[in-house]
This record gives sequence, C-alpha cells and structure tokens, in this order.
Amino acid sequence: MRFLYCAAALVVLTACAPSTAPSTGGGDEKTGTLRVWLFDEPNRAPKDKVVQEAIKEFTAAHDGVEVEVAYVPTTTARHERFKGAFNDPASSPDVAEYGNTDLAEYAAAGAGGDLTADLGGQDLTAELVRSASVDGKQYGLPWFVGIRALYYRTDVFTELGLEPPASIEELTATARAIREKKPDLYGIAVGGEYTFGALPFVWAAGGDITSLDGPEARRGVQAYTGLLSEDVCPPQACASLTGGKTVELFAGGKAAMGILGNFNRSAVDAGAAAGKYAVVPLPGFDKGSLAPAFAGGNNLGVMKNAKHRSLAVEFVKLLGGKTYQVKMYEAMGNLPTLTSARTEVAGKEPFLKPFLDTVEAGTKFVPVDPAWVKIDNGKVIPTMLQKVATGRSSVDEATTEAATAVKAAFGRS
Amino acid sequence: MSRARPWLYLLPTAAVLVPLFGYPVYMLGLLSVFDYRQAQVSGGQPTTFVGLGNYATVLGDPRFWQVLLQTVGFAAALVVATLAVGAALAVLLTRVSAFPRAALSLAALGAWAAPAMTGATVWMFLFDADLGLVNQALGIEGFNWFYDRWVTFGVVGATVVWHSFPLVMLTLYAGIQAIPGSVLEAAALDGASAWHAFWRVMVPMLRPLVTIVVIQSIIWDFKIFTQIYVMTSGGGIAGQNSVLNVYAYQTAFGSSEYGLGSAIGVIMTLILLVITLFYIRALHRTGERL
Repeated sequence: MRFLYCAAALVVLTACAPSTAPSTGGGDEKTGTLRVWLFDEPNRAPKDKVVQEAIKEFTAAHDGVEVEVAYVPTTTARHERFKGAFNDPASSPDVAEYGNTDLAEYAAAGAGGDLTADLGGQDLTAELVRSASVDGKQYGLPWFVGIRALYYRTDVFTELGLEPPASIEELTATARAIREKKPDLYGIAVGGEYTFGALPFVWAAGGDITSLDGPEARRGVQAYTGLLSEDVCPPQACASLTGGKTVELFAGGKAAMGILGNFNRSAVDAGAAAGKYAVVPLPGFDKGSLAPAFAGGNNLGVMKNAKHRSLAVEFVKLLGGKTYQVKMYEAMGNLPTLTSARTEVAGKEPFLKPFLDTVEAGTKFVPVDPAWVKIDNGKVIPTMLQKVATGRSSVDEATTEAATAVKAAFGRS
Repeated sequence: MSRARPWLYLLPTAAVLVPLFGYPVYMLGLLSVFDYRQAQVSGGQPTTFVGLGNYATVLGDPRFWQVLLQTVGFAAALVVATLAVGAALAVLLTRVSAFPRAALSLAALGAWAAPAMTGATVWMFLFDADLGLVNQALGIEGFNWFYDRWVTFGVVGATVVWHSFPLVMLTLYAGIQAIPGSVLEAAALDGASAWHAFWRVMVPMLRPLVTIVVIQSIIWDFKIFTQIYVMTSGGGIAGQNSVLNVYAYQTAFGSSEYGLGSAIGVIMTLILLVITLFYIRALHRTGERL
C-alpha cells in the first residue's frame, strides 16, 4: 500500500504537460534517399510505372540521390501513418501525396512545409491554389482532381431499352427496373460507407454537411438511402460498402450503374465491364439538372520534417509538372490540375466530357476545417446512411443525430 | 531489516513492472487531464490542462454507455464460452488415448500461436459473403454474416474463443493431471458419477487455477479489439458491433483526441481493477467456508 502512496506522490510531484514533438526535425541534405509517400490505388501498376519513370529522370539529374516510394492505403488508416510521421521526425517522408480534404487537419498540426515561395507562378487556377492553401499559405502542389459521374452499362441499357437517367427520380426508377428484369445485377452500386457518393444527393437538394437536419439535406438522404433497398442494392450486401467496393462491383459487372470517378476508369477497363459502359453526369432532382460533384483531389506536399527539403521541392515540381500530369492522366485517368495540361488532355479525349460538364455546372467541397477529419473518421455520414438503410432509424432521426455529431466536431476543434 | 526484506524481494519484479506497466499507466492518467490533440502533439498549439473535463465528456456521451454495456455483455458471454470449451476439452484430453490427445493439443496450440490479426483475417475470409468456404459449404452464397448485429457477434465471438480456449484447456489439463489418482479413485469408490466427480472433486481442487484463467479471460475479453476491428471493419454497420477498446481507439486516434481517448483508457482500467478485486474477494470467501 505504501508503494501506491509513493507512486501517487510521485505522480503529483512530477506531473507536467505531456511531451510534444521536437519542433525542428527537418533538414536540407543534398544526397541520400528521398522518401516519398503516395496513395495506393485499386489498380496501382500504371501509376507506379509513371512514378518510376519520373524517379528515373530525377535520379539521372541528381548524383547520389535515390528515391524510395511507399504506397499508403487510402482507408482511414492513412491518418495514423501521417500522424506517426508528424510525431516522429525520423519516420517522416520528404514528399507526400495527400487528399485535399485532409489538408486543414495536417496544416493545423503544423505538419506541412510552407511552399508558397517555392511554387509561385504555377499554371493553376486560383480555385485550385485555394484548395491547397490554409490561411493564405500554400502547402502543396495540386496534383490531380477527381470528379465523380454516373457510369452505366450500355449493353444492359440497350437490351432493356433504357435511356440514361436525367433526374434522380429517373435514376431510381431505372435502377429498380434493371434489378427487376435482371435480379443478379444491382440496379446501381451504392454503399452505406460511400460518403462522396451520397453527398451529391444532399447537395443536389440544396443541403450541406453543416445542415444535415435541414429539409433539403433530408430530401437528399432520403433519395440516396432509397437506393439501399431490396429492389435496387439490398442493404444486406450494400450497407457496408465503401466507394472502392462499389467500383469493384461495377467493374466486375455486378452492377448496372455506379457513381464512379474519372480516376476509376482504368479499374473499370481492367474488369468485366470493360468496353460496355458509358458515362453521363450524375443528374440532380430537376429533370436535366446536374448534381454538384465533390471536387476532391490530391496534392503533393513537402513535409515540415523533410530531411531533403530542396530535393523534395524539385521532385514535387517534376512529378506535379505538366509532363507527368499528362502521363498520369493517360495512365490513371486523373484530371490534371495545371490548366495547360488539362486543355491538352480535354482536346483529345471525349471520355472527359461528362466530367468537365459536371465541373462546369458547379462542384462542392467539404469544410476546410480540422472538424472534417473528425466527421470523416467518426464515420458520421456512413452511420447516418447505414441507420436509415437498415431501417434502424428514420431519416429524421438519423439526420438529427448526424447533425449533432457534426456540431460537436466543429465545437471541439 | 525484517520489515524491509519483503520489499527487497519485490525489487526485481518492480524493476520490470514499473517501467513496463507503471510508466504507460502514468502517461495515460496524465494525458487524460489535458486537452491533447494532434495540434498539441506536433507542437502546433500549446497544451492546456482541463482537469476532469475529458472524463465529463466521456461519461456524458450516451454512446459511451451503450458501448460499455455491449462490451460487458459480450465479454461475459466470451468468458463463459471460453471456460466451457476449455474445460470440456481439458476433461476430454484426460479421457482419450495418446494419438487424438496429441492431435487435439497440436490443433489447440496452432490456434493459440496464430496472431490475433491473422486469425481474424482468416476467419473473415472463411465467412466472406461471396467467396467464403462456410457459405460455399452451406450453399448460402451471398449471405452476409456481418450484417445482423447478433450474428456478427456470434462469428466474432467464435473467433475469440478459438483464440483463447487453448490456454484454458492446457492450464486445466495440467491441473487435472496433478490431481492424485487416489482422490478420484476414492470418489469413484464412494459412488460418485463422472459428472459429480468433476464438480465436487476436480473443480474445488482446481479452484486456484480456475481463478487465474477466469481473471485472465475477463481481462482479455473485456479488452477485445483486433477481432472486432478487423472483422467488422471498425465496429460494424452503423457502429453496431463496437466495443470499448475500438471506441477508445477511434476516439483517440481516428479523431486525434488523445486526451479523451486516455480518459476512456483510465475508466477501462478502473473497471477491470474493480471486477478483478471483487472476483478475488468472492473466491477468498468461498475458500474460507470450505
């Protein structure tokens, strides 16, 4: 017992603020191994090929430099990898690809290096520079953007005499009709964990993440979860699907429609649906309108803890430059961010039309606030969708609960 | 000197336990009274002392109570199941001949040796809706074992029991082997059936061992994490299969609320301490009566 008292006394005596990471972990070595983190992809080989090409060019120009690439999974586990790198300078990469939705949290953590001076004068629209900036400081080079639209199976639509849907109501009716006539197909592949598949429905109705319990957002949630039903995409199979899984379903020929990104093209072309699909913009509620798409994308950044700062900036400029942006488009279908590169690929590629039309009609973004990472990690939106899809809550109950969680996330950040 | 001697003997143990156990617990307690998030860890913002604020947040969250209740229920079922399976197989081991005994021991050791992550992944594949062996064998392809809350708990629970019964089985088997044959023979001569011999002779003699395995099982099963996290991808549909450790992990790491997560950790430690103390006390009481 006395030991316990001693321990308690010790705790009281030595109690002090918990430690924080050393503030200077970075360096500017000119040789050695440049460590690069890139996101893993469902179909990584073509991406890796382009990256290896860039590395070859880079190492040829720099003596005594090697580049080591590690692929980070895009699941929420990526946050742990990144936070580990922030907290322990020794395990930090020099260059990292990261989602623009994560930027606010990473910048608040003081983790990214300020690249405003290094990246000035790039051929980027002001809107894209903003997506890589927090409080006027630019933390990365936008590498590509991704826009989602409605992929559909031309063979199935022709066989059943269907037209691509022009409104959400038509979309639902078409999906039902397909599953009724072809019970082994999902009318549309949707998922309870597919946040960016569901948000366009909310935005199309005029709602937003910060007002999920409003009548507009509820209309959107109602429409999306209506697809998670026996006669379209049964909750037994679809309630736990992530966006990536819906890509697999569509690519594998198990679904007649899917809300997929332009960046999913190579995955679909590698699957059973190859050559039997077309793309239209995701429609909104009014006939002929378009649902606002989520303007997600990835940036290339230099970490504050980078040990080879100048080399890292040069590598970012190379891999994020026009040549490799066009190559990445050719390999992965990633929409380039540099205006010159985008004009170049748009001219020669009709596949991009529905995506560019969607961009023209207006895109939306998640709140640029660390609260978003909490909302995302806390699975607030998936929980809301799953509760409705499994019939555990009504739309009103689930949206009210989600709105409370969103408010709490903003309150604590 | 005589008063100091016991402490002297405890020194080697303390030298191991204090750094390995005391320090993390101390850090856990320390973190739990601070507002400590990602920005504070990487030095972007100053750390502030919030007293019991984190505890108030946790205890005021209805989700915490729901998950706590669920964890207690799930852990209790797991402890009972692990003990029943382990004890039954231990008795079986003493009854069968050498070859099946070796086979059973090897199979149990294999399950025991399998890392939780590997075991959980393999079981998840076995129960996969489209490609799983179980669905193919039963002819119910497409059935999602991880959709219904209770079915999911059943499958995950089976995995946990599969992982943890070998320790119980081998411990009790060793205990049974150590019971002098003459005692069991005497019981048999007095006309005790196998059932009675087990409950009236073996179990009382095994009581110290049972205590140890029960406490270990309670601690392990209450702290269950890997199987739930891996098999239900972080708590199941709409978080219906979440347990306390997964909840703490998601609160602490997923949402970068390290202070809040530590508070949950401290609460869990206290709950486990209380359960264990009660159990030991209860055993001492019955021990005195015997």
